[in-house]
Amino acid sequence: MSDLPFLLLMIAVPAVGAAVVAALPRGRDQLARQVALGVSLLVLVLAVLAAVAFDTAGERFQLTSSWTWIADFGVSFALGVDGIALVMLLLIGVLVPVVIGASWQDDAAGIGDVATDKRSMKAYFAWLLLLEAMMVGVFAATDVFLFYVFFEAMLVPMYFIIGSFGGPRRQYAAVKFFLYSLVGGLIMLAAVIGLYVVSNSQLGEGTFAFDALRGLEIDPGVQKLLFLGFFIAFAIKAPLVPFHTWLPDSGSEAPIGGAVLLVGVLDKVGTFGFLRYCLPLFPDASRFFAPYVLVLAVAGILYAALLAMGQSDMKRLVAYTSISHFGFIALGIFAFTTEAATGAVLYMVNHGIATGLLFLVVGMLIARGRSRQIGDYGGVAAKAPLLAGVFLVAGLASLALPGTNSFVSEFLVLIGSFPTQPVFTILATAGIILAALYILLMYQRTMHGPPRGVLLQEDPAEPLPAGGGATATLAAPTRSLRVLDLDRRELAVVAPLVALIIVLGVYPQPLLGLIEPAVSATMSDLGGTAR
Amino acid sequence: MTLTYYLVLAAILFTIGAVGVLVRRNAIVVFMCIELMLNSVNLTLVTFARATGTVDGQIMAFFVMVVAAAEVVVGLAIIMSIYRTRRSASVDDANLLKY
Amino acid sequence: MSETLPADGLLGLSWLLIALPLAGAAVLLLGGRRTDRWGHLLGTATVVAAFVLAVACTFQLAGLEERSAEVELFTFISTGELDVRAGLLYDPLSAVFVLLITGVGSLIHIYSIGYMAHDPARRRFFAYLNLFVAAMLLLVLGNSFVALYVGWEGVGLASYLLIAFWYTRPAAATAAKKAFIMNRVGDVGLALAIFVMFAQLGTTSYAGVFGAVGTLAGGTVTALGLLLLLGACGKSGQFPLQAWLPDAMEGPTPVSALIHAATMVTAGVYLIARCAPIYDETPTARAAVLAVGAVTLLIGAIAGCAYDDIKKVLAYSTVSQIGYMFLAVGLGPAGYVAGLAHLLAHGFFKAGLFLGAGSVMHAMNDSVDMRRFGGLWNKLPITFATFGLGYLALIGFPFLSGYFTKDAIIEAALDRGDVWGWVLGGVAVLGAGLTAFYMTRLMLMTFFGRARWEDGVHPHEAPSVMTAPMIVLAVGSVGAGFLLVSAFPLSGWLEPVFGEPEEAAHVVAPLTVGLVVTAVMALGVLAAWLFVGRREVPVTAPVRVSPVTRAARHALYADAVNESLFMRPGQWLTRALVFVDNRGVDGAVNGLAATLGGSSSRLGRAQTGFVRTYALGMLGGAVLVAGALLAVTAG
Repeated sequence: MSDLPFLLLMIAVPAVGAAVVAALPRGRDQLARQVALGVSLLVLVLAVLAAVAFDTAGERFQLTSSWTWIADFGVSFALGVDGIALVMLLLIGVLVPVVIGASWQDDAAGIGDVATDKRSMKAYFAWLLLLEAMMVGVFAATDVFLFYVFFEAMLVPMYFIIGSFGGPRRQYAAVKFFLYSLVGGLIMLAAVIGLYVVSNSQLGEGTFAFDALRGLEIDPGVQKLLFLGFFIAFAIKAPLVPFHTWLPDSGSEAPIGGAVLLVGVLDKVGTFGFLRYCLPLFPDASRFFAPYVLVLAVAGILYAALLAMGQSDMKRLVAYTSISHFGFIALGIFAFTTEAATGAVLYMVNHGIATGLLFLVVGMLIARGRSRQIGDYGGVAAKAPLLAGVFLVAGLASLALPGTNSFVSEFLVLIGSFPTQPVFTILATAGIILAALYILLMYQRTMHGPPRGVLLQEDPAEPLPAGGGATATLAAPTRSLRVLDLDRRELAVVAPLVALIIVLGVYPQPLLGLIEPAVSATMSDLGGTAR
Repeated sequence: MTLTYYLVLAAILFTIGAVGVLVRRNAIVVFMCIELMLNSVNLTLVTFARATGTVDGQIMAFFVMVVAAAEVVVGLAIIMSIYRTRRSASVDDANLLKY
Repeated sequence: MSETLPADGLLGLSWLLIALPLAGAAVLLLGGRRTDRWGHLLGTATVVAAFVLAVACTFQLAGLEERSAEVELFTFISTGELDVRAGLLYDPLSAVFVLLITGVGSLIHIYSIGYMAHDPARRRFFAYLNLFVAAMLLLVLGNSFVALYVGWEGVGLASYLLIAFWYTRPAAATAAKKAFIMNRVGDVGLALAIFVMFAQLGTTSYAGVFGAVGTLAGGTVTALGLLLLLGACGKSGQFPLQAWLPDAMEGPTPVSALIHAATMVTAGVYLIARCAPIYDETPTARAAVLAVGAVTLLIGAIAGCAYDDIKKVLAYSTVSQIGYMFLAVGLGPAGYVAGLAHLLAHGFFKAGLFLGAGSVMHAMNDSVDMRRFGGLWNKLPITFATFGLGYLALIGFPFLSGYFTKDAIIEAALDRGDVWGWVLGGVAVLGAGLTAFYMTRLMLMTFFGRARWEDGVHPHEAPSVMTAPMIVLAVGSVGAGFLLVSAFPLSGWLEPVFGEPEEAAHVVAPLTVGLVVTAVMALGVLAAWLFVGRREVPVTAPVRVSPVTRAARHALYADAVNESLFMRPGQWLTRALVFVDNRGVDGAVNGLAATLGGSSSRLGRAQTGFVRTYALGMLGGAVLVAGALLAVTAG
């Protein structure tokens, strides 16, 4: 049972699924959806089985498998997971079916706020599945070169998801996303090659295998350069201020499903990279640069939170909240304590669930109102109590209220960082006030007050100008606007996430048990915690 | 045997060819100037081969001839098709392929 | 702290206290409209059941030798050196609070059945109310600061939901948001205190922290005390975070009674009493508590004198009374019991007063403007009687509960014996006079004088499901003080928590204190009669008033200060940053892109399309390369 090559299957199944969906004849959208959902559920099952097969007391990397790929350069197709990667795979497994379910009706209602009648739904689902395969690969790779390949390959499906299925400024956003990531990726490529050269001189034979590279004794000066190479790529991906401006554009222009995966999983590759590559491979450089990274992290927490408050576009607002949250994750990683780093990893999972849900309900609201502007809504709670309730749950999880999953992770990050970095932690803690402000302001403006705005308009065929100035071609919704509240499909989509928010908020220990050994190993690679 | 005469001759041929390419507008003439340059190079190659007593240069000269022959075929075809559409063989008239 | 034992018997089931209301809330929220018909009954039943269980638990606790029991539930967060267990601590202090919460909670649930009878969202109301009771019980029962924090923010959420219950009113939505955010400011203090505990002591459980607090440096303990005080100020509406509490009156009246008078807002007092071992080590922090209490009790009392909104007057009265409690617990061992006794008595009479106010509003078409009340005493006899008893208890009428508990606080303050004792005692006595003034004003404007009702108002007494809880609370208001101070002394019950009550040497004889306070109270009543009762009350508030009155009407400009210090600069900062991010950070990136694009198109101009130009370029390049080669080989 545990001999199954889970990780290879988790890459191959969605990749093959993507090919199958893409090869379906035109006009079979219903079949495409069903196949896509089935494939993604199969991946979820594989992820859960992998988690069951994983032994928390065992080796650091488990479920490993390796095939020689480019023998001349010591590159192998090596897969394996530690607890950190495993929880990310679980997150992917949960989010992709949810996203596919949420995009079910997108051909009729438009993806997000844009009509899609000219676009091929099966292509959308095929790209989603391919993206899933790439994301699994990037977390499961234990060969640095393989990681780099997946890191770059991941851009392609996301580029098409944003560029073909996004909002009115999708081209701009997609190109910006691609260029930013590519710049980071190329800098990382230089560092990857540098690492290979170092390994060649030290081991006599160049290698990209993570476990071999971990044992290198790299000269501190070289470490700093290589660290920066990796760090910049990850800081763009995560994103940390000031490398963040692509995210609000991509997050707001991407279709909702794409936005969920972008912010929920794709960006986590950055923070995952800090923990997997920057800290263990370059311990001295990590310690040297930690104060500067912490400045970026804390500045990001406060700066992005203030910016979130100033947004009038809901999707941009959520994107900015994510930048603020990524600051917390970076703080947890670079505080160099087990508690904080464990909290940061849990934060990565929880943020995917909470912000994913927030994006989904915002998307459901936008699908009804055909506008992303907060000012176009008001008093929705009176018309759609279930939607408002789920919105509130997502918002509360986003502001880390105790009882929701985000509380545990944010608390762990802060309490773990405090002993080593009291000043930064105090500043970051002030961020929780700002978090309450941006969430509750948005909630009050859209949900509370007397019903008003676009949802009350009699003629739903009248298109409303969407954000960004450019008037999108908005399709007339086929659903009657009288059906304002969540329908059964939408409830089925949000229910798993709501349940996870509560369950992980009350009983996070199973996940913490998975994460902690890997974090401890990372800390010992780093030469012990800072305490 | 001194190399100088051969090399000077090759240099003169090459210069004539290069100047021809630069100053003449007629595509056929430009083409012939290119051939001239190629052949000056051939001359140099053969000269050095003879001087060093190896065959490498001579082999290389054959290669150049083959490539030149192929080039003549493609180049003349292009010139012919341009002449048919534009009624001109001036290289300055075919300047649409830019920016 | 005495040793605690693992709980067995009923105490082992004390987690049910939290689980019952929580399950009620879950059923009501998830059940949807199907539960509309019986939802309110379920909600009430769970809280009443919790009350019964609490009484039984308390009896079992009284029988234990140690009078303290812990229930371990499960591992909440355990990683690295942090180990947080979810567990409950049932000791005399939490028992007192559990009884208050479930007891008053039950009464208010019953009252709400009548009060919310015509509201289409009654089920949601009961769900939120149940959620509140569960969170509040977790707050007082938790055995660690993390559990306390979870409950602490949980009640904040319930308070938010209930203030915004009528969310279609913009004022309610704004008030709810304001309450949540000002509470969060306090929560940051509490959170930082927990971080300090973990950093210094490696634990967050009560037992661990209190056992080791003596080993900490003085500055650390003071920091802890001040951070905890910040948390307490946020939740309890104390200066400088008091401005949210009066606005919270936008919520339905039972909410004001339960959350914003009797229970949640007293959580700050609970926190400071619970952390007695910390405050025992730090006179500085304790002095800060005293200062906060004294300032707040005056602010609340002054503002209470000027408002015409019956609920806002009661709200400022609550602010002021909690100021008394802070003052008491800030006095240290001498004051803990007095403060808690006042807290319990206040829980009874203020809840009763709010329910009475709710009954008045019920009769007056939901109006809260006292200038349009008047002469209601014979129209609403039961309300008048119960409200009157609560009023007498609050102003400290001899031998009613406020008399005993407030006097105890004033005595404890004077017993300090130093100048500050006199100052604090004086402030407290002055506060008592102001309390008598504003409450008498409220009574006179509401129940006496000419009827100034708006057209179409036909006052009628509330149904018995509403009056019954009011009667019970009125009885409590009368008797609680005597019971707690004399008949069944709270000091004895709380002895395992705060230690042996020491017989203080009185600076001023208790009898003298009683007489002076009663005299000041009588002066307040008289003044109110002179200013309000003797004259006709105008139906609109006079515009030409003294600066003092104007300041009081604006609650001493607390909102204006918050607005000009935090809100407006924050808005400017936000706007400026949005500009910077779009034009500065993103502008730099886009500028770079534009520069690259521009220079590439400019360079593209070099491609002229003339073959001979290219040939010249190639020749030049070849010459350059050949020249370079020559230079290298020759040089």
